[in-house]
Parts: sequence; C-alpha cells; structure tokens
Amino acid sequence: MNSSFLVGTEAERRLLPGGTLRGPTPYVIAIMTFAMMIVAAAGLALANAAGVVAGAVEHRYVLQLPDGGAGKLEAALRSSRSMPGVIGVEAVPEGEMRETLEKWLGPGGLGEDLPVPALIHLELAPNADASRIGATLSRGMPGARFIAEQATVQPLLGSFRALRWLAVALVLLMAAATSAAVVLAARGALDTHRSTIETMHGIGATDEQVALLFQRKIALDAMVGALVGGALAVAALLLIGGGGLAMASELAGGPPLRGSDFILLALLPVAAVVLATLVARFAVLGALHKIV
Amino acid sequence: MARRRAHAKSCRTRRGGPLSAIVEFDSVGLRYGTGAEVLRDLDFRLARGGFYFLTGPSGAGKTSLLQLLYLARRPTRGRIQLFGQDLTDAPRDVLPDYRRRIGVVFQDFRLIRHLSAFDNVALPLRITGKSDAELEGPVREMLAWVGLADRASARPPTLSGGEQQRVAIARAVISQPELLVADEPTGNVDAEMAARLLHLFTALNRLGTTIVVATHDVGLIARTPGAQLIRLEKGSMTDPTGSLRNPPLGTAQAR
Repeated sequence: MNSSFLVGTEAERRLLPGGTLRGPTPYVIAIMTFAMMIVAAAGLALANAAGVVAGAVEHRYVLQLPDGGAGKLEAALRSSRSMPGVIGVEAVPEGEMRETLEKWLGPGGLGEDLPVPALIHLELAPNADASRIGATLSRGMPGARFIAEQATVQPLLGSFRALRWLAVALVLLMAAATSAAVVLAARGALDTHRSTIETMHGIGATDEQVALLFQRKIALDAMVGALVGGALAVAALLLIGGGGLAMASELAGGPPLRGSDFILLALLPVAAVVLATLVARFAVLGALHKIV
Repeated sequence: MARRRAHAKSCRTRRGGPLSAIVEFDSVGLRYGTGAEVLRDLDFRLARGGFYFLTGPSGAGKTSLLQLLYLARRPTRGRIQLFGQDLTDAPRDVLPDYRRRIGVVFQDFRLIRHLSAFDNVALPLRITGKSDAELEGPVREMLAWVGLADRASARPPTLSGGEQQRVAIARAVISQPELLVADEPTGNVDAEMAARLLHLFTALNRLGTTIVVATHDVGLIARTPGAQLIRLEKGSMTDPTGSLRNPPLGTAQAR
C-alpha cells in the first residue's frame, strides 16, 4: 500500500473492483456541476449588471422643477453650471417633456395654461458634497426637488442583489445535495465491499488504508463527472453568450462575465471533486469507526 | 496520535519485565447485545511459543474466543493482554499494529473473491507496505508450499474448498506472525493435506510462533505431541491441570 492520497497502485485498484461510470456518482456529479456552473454564471452576470447600473448612476442627480417656464429652467441651468462640484449639466428638452406628459394626459391634455415641469440631469464630481449642492440649488426655486438617480434604481438593484444571493443559495444547496449523494454512494460501496473491508481489518489494515481505497474510487468518479458537467456548462454558456449575452453585454455597457468570473466558474468542478472526495472520506471513516 | 502515546505509556507501566505469556485472559466474559454470556470467567495464559488446540462441542464458544484472540471483538468484562499489552480498552487506532502480529485462518476463509490467489496471499504484506518486488518471492514460495503454485492467478470462486482453505492458510502465515489463530483449518482438506498443514504449523511453532487451533479433529491433536488442549464447554473453560493458569514455557522457549 505504497501510494499517494489520490493515486493508488494497480494492486489497490484491484481490491475494489468496478470501474468508473458503473455507479450513480459520476452522473450525479456531472448534473450537479452543470447546474451549479449555470446558476453561478447567472448569479455572477447579475452581480456584474448590478455593479454596472450602480456605477453608472453613482454621481448622477436630477433637479426637478414643477414649472420650467418663464425663464425658470434657464435660471436653474445657470445656477447649476456655476455650482462648484457640478461637472455636467443637461436639461431634458421641453418638447421631450411635453411628449412624455402627453402619454399620460392624452393629446391636447397639456393646455397652454398648464405648467410644464422641467428636468435637469446633473453629474457631480466624485468628492462633491451632494446634499450641500442640492440644498443650494433648491433654495431659490420653490417646489424644486433634488433627487439621486441611485435612489430611483434602488428597487432594481435590490432585486439584482436578491437574485444574486438566491444563486449563491442554490449553488450551496446543490453542493449539499451532491454531498448527500456521495454519502449514499460511499455507504453503498461500503455495503458492497463489506467482506473485503472486514478481511482487510482482520489482517491489520488501518482505517486510513481502507478509507483511501474508497476516497480514490469516488474521487475518480467525481473527476469524470465534474469534467463532463463542466464541459457541458461551458458549451451552454458559450451558446448563450453567442446570442443573448452579447446583447446583454451591449445593454449593460460591459461583458456579463469577467475574467475573474471565469476563473471562479472553472474552480467549481474542482471544488465539486474536492468536496466529493472529502465527504466520501469522512463517510467511510465514520462507518469504519462502528467496526471494532 | 495522543491516544496512541497515552496507550503506549499505560502499557509500559503494566509491563514488568520479560514476558512468558503471549496471551493473558483475566475473568473475561463476552455477550452479544443483551443476550446471555457466550463466554464466562475465562482465566488463562498462553505461553509464548506454545501450541494449543481449542476443542469443545459446537456452540461452546470456540469461535468467539478466537475472535477475542484476533481482536475482532472486545470482551464485555475482564481484561485481555496480548503481547504483554492490555488491549481491553485500547484505542481502535492502535489495534491494526497488533493485528499484523497475528495470523488468522478464518473458518469461512474470508478470501477476497475478486482477487487472485496470489493477491489474497500478498494482502498482509501489501498492508505493511511491502512493494510488489519484495513480496513476489515470498508469496510464490508460500503458494508452492501449500501446493498451489500453478493456481496463483486463479480466483477463489474457481478454487475447490480445500484449495481456498490452503490460500487462507498461506495468507495467515505469509507475514510470519507471532500468534497464529486457526478456526477449523483442516475442515475441508484431505488427510494428506491436513498432515502437510499440521507440519507447516509445527514448523512455524518451532520458529517461535504461538499456535492456537480450534478443531474437532481428534487425529490432528493426537499427531501433535507437546500441544496443550483447551476445552470449552458452554462458554467456560476446563483446565483440570491448572497448566493454562501457569503455563510451562512454550516449545520454542524451552529450546
């Protein structure tokens, strides 16, 4: 029994017959790895999209005037442009505002006597004091509101965050399900090979020696399963990436998955193999402790 | 590891100098679950290098006693010392070291069905870390000795009962154990093979191995001068001469 933690000798492999792909373990691991990678990729893409959205509106504010007429919009624009800390000012054209309002009020609903509100988009410098700027701008304009755009998209960002945590929870649940499947497989293998184990114990094999035989067998099964599941997941992601994700990438202003995300995804099959091996080891050692 | 060290320390304190007994049972009892005791008040010592036959009617507890000897069970009461160490409550991770010093011929052989005769015999050596090159010679020699040189690659299901028993015996003695425990080792072999096996046991005994053989074979006992008889009846041992409480030196030591 001169062998390493994962690679046994030819004689050791003969002790536990039954080649790879004979039991359910590789199939379970393949399915779980595939599902984990897809869910994790979706979670990471959502997290990235949320980051892009949050970053885009981080220093953006809106100055909302109840009435943009009678030179009030121009006055507000002048004040905004002269305000220290404001690096960009852009008013929504009055025509555009009217168009938007007509969608709500109907054609002709916006009479000459009804004031047309005005909207000014402001971009502040990263170190600017937003509350001071907002207070100063609102002071001379009754009814004016200074709104952070981040507050507007907060519900969307909240949904993104919830979906990201849901993805994390799903990956963990799938890891737990994989562990449970491996425990069952290890117990099944122990039952199948009970007489071999008893004989080995009787002639002086240690728990470590017996556990190594099983953990190597399950590690090999898990490796095959993780490779197949991982390859299928990569293929599925590339397929999606060729279509929908490319569009999503354009909309979000960046790729849905970054280099570090791909490294994380590539680590999932490795983690599945390590998890299966450790679970098998502890399941076998636990079962062996019930023997004298 | 800490438990192993603690066990080794406690064993050192129990040792009192050179030992003449390889096995010591002190008021040992064994019961399965909540049933009645199958072994009761066993008090005996087996001399290092001795040759013992364990006899008694079926159901007397011979196999249970052997299981205690080869550390497959722990007693429910009393103390057991093997090789000078009290192993009654020894942590289970120290037991493999002691099991490797005991050769066992199981009543049901316990050969691994999917391994060849060669691999079955080689197993005890592989467990101790011997390489294929190191074990090749001794295993071939042992198989030749039990008359199975040409059956080395055969698997147990293709071997006759007698051949399986010889493989089991070869596996038990391959690592030259200090204590050999055999449960009905001649039950499935013909008279000639029984004689050869007895000769092997005697040869091993001359080399210092303590032999304990459970058997109903009166002829086997009669052909082994100097061997002592342990008789079990209904879980209790009869020792009319008291020689098992204070054993004489074994044959190897006597020499």
